[in-house]
Amino acid sequence: MTKKDNPIELDDVVIRFSGDSGDGMQLTGTLFSNTAAFLGNDIATFPDYPAEIRAPQGTVGGVSGFQVHIGHSDIKTPGDQADILVAMNPAALKANARWIKPGATIIIDVDNFTSKNIEKAGYQEDPIKEEKLEDFNLIQAPVSSLTKETLKDMGLDMKGVLRSKNMFALGMIYWVFNRPLKFTEEFFKSKFKKKPEIIAANEKVLKAGYYYAETIEALHPTYVVKPAKIEKGTYRNINGNTATAWGLVAAAEKSGLQLFIGSYPITPATGILEELALRKDLGVISVQAEDEIAGITTSIGASFAGLLAVTSTSGPGLALKSEALGLAVITELPLVVVDVQRGGPSTGLPTKTEQSDLMQVLYGRNGESPVAVIAASTSANCFNYAFEAARIALEHMTPVVLMTDGYLANGSEPWKIPKMNELPEIKPPIVPEGTENYHPYQRNPENLARSWAIPGTPGLEHRIGGLEKDEITGNVSYDPLNHQHMTKLRAEKIKRIAGDIPKLKVEGSQEGDLLLVGWGSTYGYLASAEEELVKEGKKVGLAHFHYINPLPENVEEVFGKFKKILVCEMNMGQFVGYLRMNLQQFKYYQLNKIQGLPFTVAEIKNAAVNLLEG
Amino acid sequence: MSTETAPVVYSPKDFKSDQEVRWCPGCGDHAILNSVQRAMSQLGIRKEKYAVISGIGCSSRFPYYMATYGFHGIHGRAAAISTGVKTANPELSVWTITGDGDALAIGGNHLIHVARRNVDINLLLFNNRIYGLTKGQYSPTSVKGQVTNTSPYGTVEPPFNPGELIIGAQGKFFARTIDSNIKLSTEIFIEAAKHEGTSAVEIYQNCVIYNNGAYADIKDKEHKDDRQIILRDEEPMIFGKNRDKGLILVGMKLKVVKIGENGITEKDILVHHSSENNPGLHMMLVNMRWPDYPVAFGVIRNVAAPTYNVAVHAQIEKVRQSSPVKTMDDLLASGNTWEVK
Repeated sequence: MTKKDNPIELDDVVIRFSGDSGDGMQLTGTLFSNTAAFLGNDIATFPDYPAEIRAPQGTVGGVSGFQVHIGHSDIKTPGDQADILVAMNPAALKANARWIKPGATIIIDVDNFTSKNIEKAGYQEDPIKEEKLEDFNLIQAPVSSLTKETLKDMGLDMKGVLRSKNMFALGMIYWVFNRPLKFTEEFFKSKFKKKPEIIAANEKVLKAGYYYAETIEALHPTYVVKPAKIEKGTYRNINGNTATAWGLVAAAEKSGLQLFIGSYPITPATGILEELALRKDLGVISVQAEDEIAGITTSIGASFAGLLAVTSTSGPGLALKSEALGLAVITELPLVVVDVQRGGPSTGLPTKTEQSDLMQVLYGRNGESPVAVIAASTSANCFNYAFEAARIALEHMTPVVLMTDGYLANGSEPWKIPKMNELPEIKPPIVPEGTENYHPYQRNPENLARSWAIPGTPGLEHRIGGLEKDEITGNVSYDPLNHQHMTKLRAEKIKRIAGDIPKLKVEGSQEGDLLLVGWGSTYGYLASAEEELVKEGKKVGLAHFHYINPLPENVEEVFGKFKKILVCEMNMGQFVGYLRMNLQQFKYYQLNKIQGLPFTVAEIKNAAVNLLEG
Repeated sequence: MSTETAPVVYSPKDFKSDQEVRWCPGCGDHAILNSVQRAMSQLGIRKEKYAVISGIGCSSRFPYYMATYGFHGIHGRAAAISTGVKTANPELSVWTITGDGDALAIGGNHLIHVARRNVDINLLLFNNRIYGLTKGQYSPTSVKGQVTNTSPYGTVEPPFNPGELIIGAQGKFFARTIDSNIKLSTEIFIEAAKHEGTSAVEIYQNCVIYNNGAYADIKDKEHKDDRQIILRDEEPMIFGKNRDKGLILVGMKLKVVKIGENGITEKDILVHHSSENNPGLHMMLVNMRWPDYPVAFGVIRNVAAPTYNVAVHAQIEKVRQSSPVKTMDDLLASGNTWEVK
């Protein structure tokens, strides 16, 4: 590899890889991200792919994209717009043209810009003109034909040859950013251990792309993005679904209970079940149930039997689980339900992100049926909030819904690996053998958690179920006053969790003109917007909620310190409605986006500035 | 059953809870409760190892009347909840109480999958061919033409035969009994408990209020011996008040014959092999209907096969031994990591 002269240093850069859903763009983006992370950049990624596994080739509907934001300072979002776009065909250009910065670099596989493909993508004849991209730095690379040429003597069939063309594009990007190829070459070696010819082909094409970019001086000068100043420690990349799964396994270890997951595959939550199915090495029992209802009811059975039980799903699956979730409420069994949200209603936008399940999670059950609700805000902290969901479920004897979404689930970021001894012990109220006069609905007077007797323990035999319970004995009771009392008890039990969770923190200005409010995956965009506004001299704070039911104890105090409150969420205003109901004394402004896409920092800043000036 | 046995002596009353039994007087459920308590007292399994799990319906109130661990679930989900309990703790002896509506209508999916997986539970299906708790609507086992509140002109749909469904779903154990025959029921429940895998027992149960006499034609004292055949393993399929009738196979069909007529001797009568894996003959036996045939009772199918719960835990053990990841800290540090200094 030759050294390049005088590369330009950038603080951060956003690269978007896009192509047909069969072009391997997700892998290309992941490999680039991993290399950047190994070299010490901070990164954030955003995979954006269609619901169809292979939508018709060359159409806009079939475009799969992967955006990665790398930088040498703290990176909180995958970036609003790309500095570099790789478009493997006209459809990819069509789908992404509005997501690139003015004057950005666009690398296209010119071999795929045939009149047929141009027409398929919905262009008349010249995509570059039609998109008004003439002034952009356009690199027309014959990716497909050079890949074919590179591999002509390898004895691979045409399908196998063309499958490698994404590596040509990746090689070009590596040259542009002065990146070594060794991490990617190591990946080929471990991934295709038994197929040396595939290793050789991929390496050859990767290098061909790299040298091609060098030959044409694809970008002159080239760029470097120096390592970020990151806290010392051991790091790894992690996506939200894996982090969620690991947080649950960690909670099982800390509580001394075996982990059980009953679940049914559903986009974008499936990764949690897949990861936990792998974790037999840590004793995880995974049941791929026959449907969503069996997913949660097998878990309720496992919880009754004394395990840390979990079910994972997305919005449509949660709808099917709602009756059973009510059963977990009335039987007061610990249960973690992970809702990885996606665009709705109905099947909606399976692969796109949204925060529109909040009302369903809070209220989507028959009867007065309160559950604890918490939300992760970054891919990596899915680990912490999954752990926290399990802790609350086990110590407070209640179902807890952990909310994440497609953006967190599929996005990844570098994560400083925690040590297990840094995490708190989890102490479920298990009744010891030999306890006299046990009654299943006896409670801890402080947090109101009922005591948990595990089947198999002599002398603690008892019956519970979905019929209303007598206050102490748990026997079936139709007594009117008992029902009112039990309803209030179940609500009060959830309320008292507020005493066991951290207070709401404010980032940026601690008091002032505008408080940005968010929950869940919008954190990175909100925090970036808040930081930029503060830098510009505005008195703006950010209160980002991780605990939704119950709310932290100090919300009123925090809200009272700001003149205006702007609640930003990817729905029609579900959280702001919840705040209006619970804290009626404040006036709330709202910013809502329902496009199946995260906010951009610019959108939030604009809304904030309008409010500050208004 | 993998459940540990212990030298304890129980009587049926040790399994009675302090709750008042609220089924209608004369309901077949009383006799079934009695049979289950008898069977449990004889199995040598410690009381705390029993978990009785139910769905919704009259029969599903069952756990409240047992002095064991019990869980009253939601409609249709008894088999799924039981799968969770048994997989979580294979040491428990899990008894699933369900009805024809619970198991075959709203919970049909769970029923076929629990049988397919062969989860080691004892599933007692109370079949009264009616919805009792909602006061008299037809069920998936109501006979065609049955008049109920939701079929005032008679049903137009054919019923399920639970045995056919269980065997069709690769079930390895199926037995049939009738509420009033406490001796036979107790015997069958013990067999079901001993079988490792999903032991499905259909119990003909009389609903005195909404479908009284559903089984009267095969049940009355006068005719029952001629209209029922109680199958016993490795014994000839003989029935009748005078034990002079039997079953033979003619072509692809069963036929009722009289011993001593047309040169038929006891040697010509089919012998019952409940452990035969081929479901062909078992399927014919569960489908026998009076008046063409006697109705088959007893353990019809009892085939040894690997169970889900054992396989799940064996796989976990195998992976545990071979994986370098032994603790959460190992997992956190596995794979691609890098140091920031």
